[in-house]
Amino acid sequence: MLKLHYNLEKLSMGLVGAIIGVASIGGLVEIAPLFTIDETVEIPDDLRPHTPLELAGREIYIREGCYACHSQMVRSLADELDRYGPYSLAAESAYDHPMLWGSKRTGPDLARVGEKYSDDWHVQHLIDPRSVVPVSIMPAYPWLTRPMETDMIEANLSTLARLGVPYDDAMIENARADALAQSRPNSDGTDGVRDRYGEDIAVRAFDGNPDRLTEMDAIVAYLQSLGTLTDAAHRIMSEETQ
Amino acid sequence: MAVGVWLAALMYWPEATPAWPATSYGRLRPVHTSGVIFGFGGNALIATSFYVLQRTTRARLADAVSPWVVLIGFNLFCVWAATGYVMGQTQSKEYAEPEWYADLWLVFVWVTYFALYIRTLARRAEPHIYVANWYYMAFILVVAMLHIVNNLALPVSLGSGESFTIWSGVQDAMVQWWYGHNAVAFFLTAGFLGMLYYFLPVRAQRPIWSYRLSILSFWGIVFFYMWAGSHHLHYTALPYWTQVLGMTFSVMLLVPSWASAGNAIATLNGAWHKVRDDATLRFMFVAAVFYGLSTFEGSFLAIRPVNSLSHYTDWTVGHVHSGTLGWVAMIVFGAIYTLVPKLWGREDMAWPRAIEWHFWLAIAGTLIYVVSLWNAGITQGLMWRAYDEGGALSYSFIESVEAMLPYYAFRTLGGGLFLAGAVLCALNCRATMRAAGDRVDEADRPIVTKPAE
Repeated sequence: MLKLHYNLEKLSMGLVGAIIGVASIGGLVEIAPLFTIDETVEIPDDLRPHTPLELAGREIYIREGCYACHSQMVRSLADELDRYGPYSLAAESAYDHPMLWGSKRTGPDLARVGEKYSDDWHVQHLIDPRSVVPVSIMPAYPWLTRPMETDMIEANLSTLARLGVPYDDAMIENARADALAQSRPNSDGTDGVRDRYGEDIAVRAFDGNPDRLTEMDAIVAYLQSLGTLTDAAHRIMSEETQ
Repeated sequence: MAVGVWLAALMYWPEATPAWPATSYGRLRPVHTSGVIFGFGGNALIATSFYVLQRTTRARLADAVSPWVVLIGFNLFCVWAATGYVMGQTQSKEYAEPEWYADLWLVFVWVTYFALYIRTLARRAEPHIYVANWYYMAFILVVAMLHIVNNLALPVSLGSGESFTIWSGVQDAMVQWWYGHNAVAFFLTAGFLGMLYYFLPVRAQRPIWSYRLSILSFWGIVFFYMWAGSHHLHYTALPYWTQVLGMTFSVMLLVPSWASAGNAIATLNGAWHKVRDDATLRFMFVAAVFYGLSTFEGSFLAIRPVNSLSHYTDWTVGHVHSGTLGWVAMIVFGAIYTLVPKLWGREDMAWPRAIEWHFWLAIAGTLIYVVSLWNAGITQGLMWRAYDEGGALSYSFIESVEAMLPYYAFRTLGGGLFLAGAVLCALNCRATMRAAGDRVDEADRPIVTKPAE
């Protein structure tokens, strides 16, 4: 062996090849099967992709780096089930490019935060966290009350569709209108959004003002959707406890 | 040539992570991580790799232009990345936040770097490739592999900075932490081990203790590390078998890691008086010790039940900093203090006593930082899982946040001390460069002038 290595270290390309070969094995064994067992990760029938408004909120969540302090992955541990709710399923983030499971909980996990607090609470909390949670160390995001840019929405949906997220042509075509309608409960477009994304989606003036589409509308719509894209996790939990 | 890279390294100096950032923490956080990993670590690696490569092969770099391409190109990447984050351009993949335009540029720079490295190796006047170069090669090659696979993404349009990664959900999580953990292995460990294998023996004037052990630990690290990424995903929606594999290999990883650390420390046998008297060598010794300690901690934290307590808490952050401050930064300081006087033709740094000050500031800063975050993390983990007698959770989340405040204050102090030492180092380097001498090392004589045997 030592003799072999003695000769190997005289060949630069030999070392290059050996390093690439040896280093590839671990990744191949662990990653490649995940694409075949993908078929066994059952996508629940009721799983829906994010609406255009929620997706825009997700982009804001990423832009502001929320994932650095908030995870979105409830582990299968007793205290986490009690604190946050049912443990996260692989299927729940199947349409997430990228996933936002996170790695640190400076703040609490958000995987099940949808519909846990009111829209007003979220708006107030994002503008001035310490006004609702006095000892919070979360930064304030007062600039989220500015109008939302809608130029990229269609392109975002169509890019995701090319990556396999089930957005159909009608969804892409109406993306901008759907984003507006979801934050204007009394407008004409609301039936269209519900048709395309399901009766259960929240159609509300998330920031409290139906006349303006703001970044606050998007981020609150996104937060309220977390954990509500499918009931599968709740179903499995109730089956297990029975 | 290393001059420019070095100045860049010092310019990118880490901000000490503030405990209560005044503005948008979420945008500054990747500036901090990329700044220290790529800006400081990357520049230090590239600079020392060129130096070590030329010394151990007795050959000049193969090209006059491409080193500048690597230097300027790499720092351009760092600047693009950092400006992007502040403006909100991020992929949100931890330690791989730069968007597609910066990623593509880095691939170009990296290919240039690799080509230069291989061409220089091809001109070598030594038949054997020294162990430090194996590590630098592993660093260059595997980082390229990780970077390309993890960053495969579809841009929304050519005119916009945004893109969506092609991976999703559980596959994305696995690819991300395969990348994330091996960024630690091959960016923050392999290259720096190369540094250790060159600068420590040179400074101590002792040969490496065991050649066989260095072979064992090199291939062990290259092989085992690649399996360990899934220990970042214990108890999540990742399949159980993958978690167990990740845990098993993480524990086995302790063998090659301690082989390297032990090899370095055993090399110092017979030179302990130098460790006592020479702060530069002491930096390298402490680096090897911290390397041993944090790899042990890493294997320990990768065990599933331990991880159930430590994951998501500040314990992880403390662990990372014991590696980055205690090991990575210390070995870099050791290399800086060896290299700067040599390159500027002097016997020693301009202010030798400042090295001593820097050493103790760095040690104090690292210990305060790491110990306070150990306490923070364990407290946090225990509070989250505590139940009262009635079977209800004892603490609300915000109570665990409140309990962290004193620890966060201490960690800021620790970071501040460490930063103060680093500033001192930068000033010392500047003073040394301005007082350049004309001393030429005996060993600098080209091999060709020797009479033929």
